[in-house]
Amino acid sequence: MQLPLFPEAASAVAVDVDHLYIYLTLVSVVMSVLIFGTIFVFAIKYRRRGDEIPQQIHGSLRLEIGWSIFPFLVMLTFFWWGAKIFFANAVPPPNAIDVYVVGKQWMWKLQYPGGQREINELHVPIGRPVKITLASEDVIHSFFIPALRIKHDVVPGHYDTMWFNANKPGRYHLFCAEYCGTEHSGMVGWVTIMEPADYQNWLAGGGASGTMAQQGERLFEQLGCSGCHLLDRQGRGPSLRGVYGSHVQLAGGQSVVADDAFIRESILNPNAKVATGYQPNVMPSFQGQISEEGILQLVVYIKSLAITNAPGAPTAALKPGTLLQPVAQTARVTQPDGGKK
Amino acid sequence: MSTVLQEPQTTETVNYLNAEYGWKSWLFTTDHKRIAVLYLISISVMFALGGIFAGLIRTELLTPEGDLFNSDTYNKIFTMHGVTMIFFFLIPSIPATFGNFLVPMMIGAKDLAFPRINLLSWYIYIAGALFALAAIVMGGVDTGWTFYTPFSTTYSNTFVITAAVGVFIAGFSSILTGLNFIVTVHKMRAPGMTWGRLPLFVWANYATALIQVLGTPVVAITLALVALERTFHIGIFDPAIGGDPILFQHMFWFYSHPAVYIMILPGMGVISELVTCFSRKGIFGYSFIAGSSLGIAIIGFLVWGHHMFVTGMSMYAGLYFSFLTMVVAVPSAIKVFNWTATMFRGSISYETPMLYAFGFIGLFTIGGLTGLFLGTLGMDVHLTDTYFVVAHFHYVMVGGMVLAYMGALHFWWPKITGKMYPDGWGKFSALLVFVGFNLTFFPQFILGYLGQPRRYHAYAPEFQVLNVMSTAGATVLGVGFLIPLVYLLWSLKYGKAAGNNPWGAKGLEWTTQSPPTTFNFDVTPIVTEEAYAYGTHEEAHVG
Repeated sequence: MQLPLFPEAASAVAVDVDHLYIYLTLVSVVMSVLIFGTIFVFAIKYRRRGDEIPQQIHGSLRLEIGWSIFPFLVMLTFFWWGAKIFFANAVPPPNAIDVYVVGKQWMWKLQYPGGQREINELHVPIGRPVKITLASEDVIHSFFIPALRIKHDVVPGHYDTMWFNANKPGRYHLFCAEYCGTEHSGMVGWVTIMEPADYQNWLAGGGASGTMAQQGERLFEQLGCSGCHLLDRQGRGPSLRGVYGSHVQLAGGQSVVADDAFIRESILNPNAKVATGYQPNVMPSFQGQISEEGILQLVVYIKSLAITNAPGAPTAALKPGTLLQPVAQTARVTQPDGGKK
Repeated sequence: MSTVLQEPQTTETVNYLNAEYGWKSWLFTTDHKRIAVLYLISISVMFALGGIFAGLIRTELLTPEGDLFNSDTYNKIFTMHGVTMIFFFLIPSIPATFGNFLVPMMIGAKDLAFPRINLLSWYIYIAGALFALAAIVMGGVDTGWTFYTPFSTTYSNTFVITAAVGVFIAGFSSILTGLNFIVTVHKMRAPGMTWGRLPLFVWANYATALIQVLGTPVVAITLALVALERTFHIGIFDPAIGGDPILFQHMFWFYSHPAVYIMILPGMGVISELVTCFSRKGIFGYSFIAGSSLGIAIIGFLVWGHHMFVTGMSMYAGLYFSFLTMVVAVPSAIKVFNWTATMFRGSISYETPMLYAFGFIGLFTIGGLTGLFLGTLGMDVHLTDTYFVVAHFHYVMVGGMVLAYMGALHFWWPKITGKMYPDGWGKFSALLVFVGFNLTFFPQFILGYLGQPRRYHAYAPEFQVLNVMSTAGATVLGVGFLIPLVYLLWSLKYGKAAGNNPWGAKGLEWTTQSPPTTFNFDVTPIVTEEAYAYGTHEEAHVG
């Protein structure tokens, strides 16, 4: 019978994490052997032989300082190495392929920019960073791929991202790791990691109803967004061309980067952040009228309207203000996007 | 340790157990020892209940398919296992039983500072437990003991509020016990019992009391908010009505991480008593062990975010919480090293309580070290919410806390009941517990690294071998806990009279008769020695 101690490793990061794990385990074994060995030796050597009274020893400041500082230094190596891996993998690289995931009791719904859609299946190529945007339709889930040693909670009301760069084709487990109700343990699926050529073949097979941006554009029409957000001139609402990734001046004097989260919030809670020059209470909330998948399609559509894709592009890049506001904005306090995420 | 005022007594003497008879004499007692016994019985019932749930979980997990229960039932079982074990066994366990019994005796007092409040805290505990039992009987609750939102506030169709009310109520019992201990330790110490002479068990309970008083209100507020949102749809945690689910986790773990120390600190206090007694040595580094309890109590309030590294919390906050998690490990390490050093050149004997102490040190060390894995940012991403976490906290909670509890039970049983239990059976069951525990939970570390998520009703087939090992271990563990139930009850009737001090232990509680009289000491003792003055030969081995 074979009992593996490690799951398969399908990325360089997975191997890094394994190395850290081995290091932590080795240190733990050494510490345990030292402590248990000492106790064992003492227990044998100093076992009670009669009614003797042992010499009393009250302590040693030197020892106390030593066994406080030395283990702490060792722990700092854990801290440092762990933080290094964590930070290296925190921010997705700009050239990553996008995949959009919606967690819903009790399934994973996946969408690709090309318009392909899947349930409980993720297809990705090796050798390219893949950025996963996570949204939840209901409760908290957690997107966990053991072979890649990555996991991220999928929190309703938030977009979260995670990314990886796989290097080993194969079929791997996908689990929901955050308890989410009745069929939590059924909220599982498979990640298929493919050679680039196979991936291209797979991509060619899907997307019958157009790309995600096209699907978003249709929604944009159906929901009546296009009645106010005209593309090339000012309507009742700001034009959305070039908005994605730019700094938007808000009525309160702050500014915000128009990222996925901002667009989502503006759809569901339009009065939360009103662009300067516009009145609140004009746009209705679309809360409850559009699924998280639909919102993601709209986000991708609006993203496709961007002049520049770089998030946090300088304010000078076509901002809504140029179309909308005749008055130059001066001496605005720009607050960095210090939101919840 | 102090002036001994009594001759060893025979079994026919008046003591706190036979001073009065009848159910009223128990239900209206204000004697801290009787209240301790009431607690001992109550929490044993809850422990048995939680144990039955654990057995059901392990039986279901014998096979990968979810075939014994349906998913909803399984989810309710693991939730009720967690709720009963954490809120109704582990949190009250040592403080409410041995703390209640021993803290006044150890400091030379007649009772706690507020005997009526002490009785009240037991009634509050019972009220809370009844709500929890009602939630079970009515149909259960399926949120997990963590009550995560918005699942608990919006999506669960089970008796969330009933269970939450039970936990809410039990919290006040915990607060009152803590308050009582703080005042007692400050105001009721016998002449000569300076802070520097307090037994370390008292220090540990004092530090625990601080957390109980400062932390418990936060979880009470949090659960009240859950009930408000669930009942009146006030948007606090559910984003669909304007709340933030992560806010719940911050509030919940702000209490529930310190609550881990509520559970483990009193256990550490027990180990300091056991290691010194069975090594016949004064404690090594008294002030470091006492100080580390306070250190844990304070720093323990600053690390809650390590439960939330993958929630999307700021990575800089992650850095802070990871660092402080390393810091909070230092005082625990200090304790382990000092216990080890205490044994150096001691006179070590291996009675049942000492075997539990050995077991505690070993298993708690493993639990602590694996906690560092989880506090390490890059490592936690893979391990969190897997069986690695389950294994880790069972090493701390069962391997640490429950073993300390068993050690305490075997150490002070002669004092509480006046009777000795058969030591051979004690050793045998201690061994069973140790072996069964490791067989149950060690495979779960591996399962976790392989990626099996926790709270899974059905799991991938390749995880079966390790799960079978775990279930087999749980069987042994269950037997290991049942045997003491039998011989301890047996000893009540047939056990040898224990005598005042069967272990030759130091400490004021051993200077009185067993079982003690209602007011513990006929004359208030005057303390003239440091704690654990094993260097002087004084009435060792009476029994």
